[in-house]
Amino acid sequence: MEELRYELEGEKKLEVTQFIVTKIGNEQYGIDIKYVDNIVRMQKITRVPKAPHYYKGVINLRGEIIPVMSLRLKFDLEEIAETKDFRIIIIKTDKSNSVGVVVDSVSEVVSLDEEHMEKTTVDGNDSRMQYIAMLGKYEETLISIVNVESLITEKE
Amino acid sequence: MDVSQYLEIFIDETKEHLESLNTRVLELEKDPNNSDTINEIFRAAHSLKGMAGTMGYKRMQRLTHDMENVFSEVRSGKMAVSAELVDIVFQCLDALEEYLTCITETADEGTNDNEPIISRLNAVLKGETAVPAAPKEKTNASTEEKKEASQQADFRAVVLKDFEITAAKEAINKGMNFYGLTVQVEENCILKSARAFLVFKNLEPFGEVIRSEPGIQDIEDEKFEWSFSLFIVSKEPIQKILDAILNVSEIKSAVGEEISLEEKPEAPEEKLEKEVVPVSEEKPVTETKEQATKPAAQKPQQANNNGKPVVNRSVRVDIDKLDVLMNLVSELITAKNGIVSVSDSDKDDAAQQIREQVEYLESITTSLHESVMKVRMVPIESVVSRFPRMVRDLSKKLDKKMELYMTGEDTELDRTVIDEIGDPLMHILRNSADHGIESKELRLERGKPEAGSIYLDAYQDGNNVVIEVRDDGNGIDVERVRNKAIEKGTITKEQANNMDDKAIIDLLFRPSFSTAEKISDVSGRGVGLDVVKTKIEGLGGDIEVHTELGEGSTFIIRLPLTLAIIQALMVTLGDEKYAIPLSTIQTIEDIPISDIKYVRGKEVISIRENVIPIIRLREILDVTETHESQDLIVVIIQKGDKKAGLVVDQLIGQQEIVIKSLGKHLNNNKLLSGATILGDGEVALILDVNTLL
Repeated sequence: MEELRYELEGEKKLEVTQFIVTKIGNEQYGIDIKYVDNIVRMQKITRVPKAPHYYKGVINLRGEIIPVMSLRLKFDLEEIAETKDFRIIIIKTDKSNSVGVVVDSVSEVVSLDEEHMEKTTVDGNDSRMQYIAMLGKYEETLISIVNVESLITEKE
Repeated sequence: MDVSQYLEIFIDETKEHLESLNTRVLELEKDPNNSDTINEIFRAAHSLKGMAGTMGYKRMQRLTHDMENVFSEVRSGKMAVSAELVDIVFQCLDALEEYLTCITETADEGTNDNEPIISRLNAVLKGETAVPAAPKEKTNASTEEKKEASQQADFRAVVLKDFEITAAKEAINKGMNFYGLTVQVEENCILKSARAFLVFKNLEPFGEVIRSEPGIQDIEDEKFEWSFSLFIVSKEPIQKILDAILNVSEIKSAVGEEISLEEKPEAPEEKLEKEVVPVSEEKPVTETKEQATKPAAQKPQQANNNGKPVVNRSVRVDIDKLDVLMNLVSELITAKNGIVSVSDSDKDDAAQQIREQVEYLESITTSLHESVMKVRMVPIESVVSRFPRMVRDLSKKLDKKMELYMTGEDTELDRTVIDEIGDPLMHILRNSADHGIESKELRLERGKPEAGSIYLDAYQDGNNVVIEVRDDGNGIDVERVRNKAIEKGTITKEQANNMDDKAIIDLLFRPSFSTAEKISDVSGRGVGLDVVKTKIEGLGGDIEVHTELGEGSTFIIRLPLTLAIIQALMVTLGDEKYAIPLSTIQTIEDIPISDIKYVRGKEVISIRENVIPIIRLREILDVTETHESQDLIVVIIQKGDKKAGLVVDQLIGQQEIVIKSLGKHLNNNKLLSGATILGDGEVALILDVNTLL
């Protein structure tokens, strides 16, 4: 990160952010690396009755109980059969405790500067859009940048 | 002097002193002539003053100083304890508590000078002591302060020993000055030795104290009158040294001058063995330095957490308890080594040996848990000790006569519970005082004693601690609550008619429900019992009310002894595992399906003459898998006098489990009180029995 910033300094000062790129179906979603505490393989998730439907339950992460949500369910998508590529991304913010997010797979880490990101227009029909902060372009592909705060904040 | 490392101790001790002051002043109010009480108040006020002074809290020091003055007069019999005096002293205590809160949060005492209280204190002082008493007379008045007679010390009278002179001469040769000093301590000072010690400590940066009269040991043992002399070699001018001494509080005066030593003869033979003396004088100083370095590491951390209290929460631990812990840990290591050696050897009976070691290990971890729990336990006294004072204030404010009787203050609870339980208890007590106890006239009319009684009883009951708040007041008027609820639209008329008294009383715990006819600032703003209930349930406890109109009411709070580790019964539902806290389980029954009866459309079973509703956990917990069986396994749970039978698929057995929070994302889940991690790393959920009943 430091090196990148240094290289760019010659031309123009641009904020560079690193994202973990995850896949849900064919679409790519980026999660700001600063929120990511850990990425773990799928493990047994204990169902929690009466929890919001997109919460798959809780897991034991080194002695801590971590609630786990499914990004598919949160985005109102169909669930698919679990594959070995499934990962749980453990997200941590200052304000709340850790939350695990189940994704289909995790592919890479990319660095994007401001020039390659643009604000999305809110499409009221798509429930997903409220959790998407920006759209990033990376080597001809599009990455939806997830608004982590709104993703893990429960609506009252 | 950097004192921040003593902050924690200061806060702890100030708290203790304030608590004891509150209790003592209450005693004093009842028995104004008890000299023991007066002395203790004086002593506590004095220590507070000294501590505040040392920590550099000037405002606090000033207030306590004036308070101490007043009690000094009281102690010497020059002033009588009046109701007014007690009131002012209570105000002082409140102000001091404010300072303390401020200090706990910000490490600073704040800017409130509390002038009005100080001026009232001084007014009392002047008003009552018409003849101003000279300080010297004061000493005579209190016999206590008379120690064995010895004349006032003066450094000029002290004859220096030869080796001391030699040491001084050496210093003079190095360009230092040799001073003689006499320090006078204020005559009402109690901890003279501590003051003297501070004097020595303040002098430490300036040079070396060569001789003191009386000797250091005697000064430490308070074997001196109000003054002592010392000789010091230093490069600094005399004035600077005197200033340093006068910086110590309660030092009346310090005089000194430079001494020249030219005419004195030498005596070299004694020098070697006795020069050690000044070194030993430094000992206490080095000790404090050691203390200073350790807590200093915590400081940056303290600076970071903005808004939070600057000191960590701490528990004072009895050294015996720590010894037990230490022993258990060493046993744990022994047990581990046992297993290691068994696994290394390839004997035939290895499995048997491992089993033995595991059993051993098990007994150790159980005792370890018990001991750690004990370390976390604090007597509830620390919470309830402020209540007598509160009830007294309420009694004045509400103009009702009432007394608080407390028992079981030594009942112990987990520290986390203790920290939280204060406010709910206070609410209930205020409630009893405000709504419960009737006015004087009404009480007499009803043939009750004029003064109302409020009882606070705490006791342990199995795995729970029960705190009962009982009053002999009016009790809850169920009909009024019923009408109020209808009026407020909380329930409909039909509902109201179907509800029994108990259900109606439970309405009181609903948010924004208060029956107080008039809103007072004591209680009755509609925030109260519901908050109390939430808080107590948050602690894993519950609250119930028994009431008899005209006779009084009782609030019963039941709290778990400990929060972290419990004994639980593990059960399965489908392929899921759940834990039921063992403390709530009464029995486990095998019931043939044919025994199920229906009452008002609900399934019940009757066991030993008791009709108990049954709850199919499978349905409540949305377990989809089916499980067919002729017999039902029913776990009978009990809370207070309510019972229910939980239908489970299978029993796994009893286990000691560690309770972990589900985190705030899932905590709106009322059915579960948490989760635990099983031996195989799997997570099992813990059922909250309270919400099932």
